[in-house]
Amino acid sequence: MNVAIVGIGIHPFGRHPGVSGLAQGAYAARQALADAGIGWADVECAFGGSLAAGNADTLVSDLGLTGLPFINVRNGCATGGSALAMADRAIRSGDHDLVMAIGFDKHPPGAFNADPEESGLGRWYGETGLMLTTQFFGMKIQRYMHEYGISAATLAKVAAKAFRNGARNPHAWRRKPLTEEEIANSAMVSHPLTKYMFCSPGEGGVALVLCRADQARRYTSRPVYLSAVSLRTRRFGSFEVFSPWLAPSPPGGRGGPSTEAARAAFETAGLGPKDVDVLQLQDTESGAEIMHMAEAGFCKDGEQEALIRGGATEIGGAMPVNTDGGCLANGEPIGASGLRQVYESVLQLRGAAGDRQVPGQPKVAFTHVYGAPGISSCAVLTR
Amino acid sequence: MTTLPEDKAVPVAEGLFTWPDRGADGGSSPRGEAEPGRPRLIGSTCTACATTTFPAQRSCPRCTGTDLRTGPLEQTGRLWSWTIQGFEPKPPYAADGPFTPYGVGYVELATEDGTGSVLVESRLTEADPARLEIGAPMRLTFISLRSDDSGAKVMTFAFGPAGPAGAATQIGEAP
Repeated sequence: MNVAIVGIGIHPFGRHPGVSGLAQGAYAARQALADAGIGWADVECAFGGSLAAGNADTLVSDLGLTGLPFINVRNGCATGGSALAMADRAIRSGDHDLVMAIGFDKHPPGAFNADPEESGLGRWYGETGLMLTTQFFGMKIQRYMHEYGISAATLAKVAAKAFRNGARNPHAWRRKPLTEEEIANSAMVSHPLTKYMFCSPGEGGVALVLCRADQARRYTSRPVYLSAVSLRTRRFGSFEVFSPWLAPSPPGGRGGPSTEAARAAFETAGLGPKDVDVLQLQDTESGAEIMHMAEAGFCKDGEQEALIRGGATEIGGAMPVNTDGGCLANGEPIGASGLRQVYESVLQLRGAAGDRQVPGQPKVAFTHVYGAPGISSCAVLTR
Repeated sequence: MTTLPEDKAVPVAEGLFTWPDRGADGGSSPRGEAEPGRPRLIGSTCTACATTTFPAQRSCPRCTGTDLRTGPLEQTGRLWSWTIQGFEPKPPYAADGPFTPYGVGYVELATEDGTGSVLVESRLTEADPARLEIGAPMRLTFISLRSDDSGAKVMTFAFGPAGPAGAATQIGEAP
C-alpha cells in the first residue's frame, strides 16, 4: 500500500502573542482538511506532537470529539518526522485509509534551556555551562571547517540565501533579506557562528492529510507520494549534541544518524540523491546545512564550498536547498519544523510555491530533520 | 595551575575528578591518590574493546560490555575542537558574578595507564578565538563556578593552553 499526501496546512511561523501552540495546530489542521476537501470526522487516525506546547491529542476538544485514535509523539527535533513516519505506517500496514500528521510548538524567546537529567546526564553538565545546543553546532562546524576547508564566508552565504528565500515565503518569520556582511558582523553567539547564522526557537504549526495512494485522486488532482520516510538514532562514534565525551577515532567513522536515515530513505524509494530536484535540510544554523548536504549524500565532504559559491543551492541552482528559508528564516517550533519541510516539498512538487517555485517542474523532493540527542528523519517525496 | 585551594572548595559533582580528600575512584576509597593536590579526571575503559568514556560509565556504549576499569586520565592533551559561549546560559547553569564569554572544547586525553583515550568536553580558560587552535596542547586546571550555601567554592574542571614549554615536555606523551 503506497501513501500519498493530499492535504497540507500551515499556521504562519514566528511569534504570535496570545495564540497558543495548540490553537496554531488547530488552525493548520483546518487548513489541511480544507485542502483535502474533507472534514475532521473523515480522519481515521492521527499522530502529532509538540515539545513545549502541550499534548497534541487535546486538539480533539477543538477539532471535534470523533473518537479517533490519536497518538502523541514526542521525539525531540524529529517529532514531526516521527509523526509522519507513524502516519505513513498506519496507511502502509492497511490499518487506515486517511490519516493526519500534525506538529506545532510555542517556545519562549532565547536559546533552549535543556534539562540534563532528561537527557540522561548529570546536573553538573548544565550547571557548568556545557548543556547548550549552540555550543555543539559551533564545535561541529569548527572541526568540519578545519578538516574540509569550509570558509567563514560560506557560513554567511548560507544564511543570506535563507533570508532571501524567506523574503519570498508568506508564512516565514524572517522576511527581510540580510547581506553577507550584516550576517558575518552580527554578534558572535558560538564561534564561528554569529547571531544571524542561527535559527531561533519560535512558534508555528503544520498539518498533513495522508491517504492510500490509490485513493488520492478522490481528494486532489495533484497528489504527492510519500515514497519513503526513515528514522534513525545515533550509533557509537558519531558527534552529537550534549556529548560530554567522544571517541577519538571511531572505527566506523563519524557518520551520524542523518547519513543512515538518508541512505535508508533512498533505498526504500529506489532513488538516489542525484534524482532529487529540491531538498530541505535541517539548518539549525548555517554550518548544519553545509554538513548535512554531505551527510545526506548530496556531495562529498568539502565540495560544499564550491557548490555554494557557484549557486548550486539557490532556488535556480542544481540542488536547491531550503527553498522556504529553512529554520533560519522560519525559526524552530520543534514539533512543527519537520512537517514544514514536507509542506514546502508538497508545494514545490505541486508547482504551487509561488515566488520561490523551483523552475523545471520538480519531480522528486527530499526532507531531512536532525536534532537532540542524535536523531534524524528523512523523507523522499515524488509526484 | 592544577593545585586546588586547600580549604572551602568542593567538586561540582562526585566522580568526575579526583580530589585531595578523595581517592582516584572519586570518593569511595579513602585518600587513595598517589599525589594529593594533582587532581585528574576520572574515566572508564572497557576491558573488552578499550573504549574510554568520561565520566566513568558502568557499561560500554560501543560493545555493550559491563567490565570497565575506572582510572585517571592524563592532564594534558590536544584540542580537537572549540567554540566560545557568547551569551549567558539559562538555568541550570549556575555561576556567580557578571557573565563573561567562556571557551568550550574537546580535548583528547589518554588514560594514565595508556590503555585508552577519549575526547573530553570541557570548559576552557581561554575565550579569545585568536589564541585557540585545533591541535594545540592543553593542560587540565580547575575553576570556581560559584560559592555554595556554606561559602565553599564549587569547582569544575577546565583546560587552558599548555604553552610552548608544555608542548615541549608534555606533547610527546599525548596520543
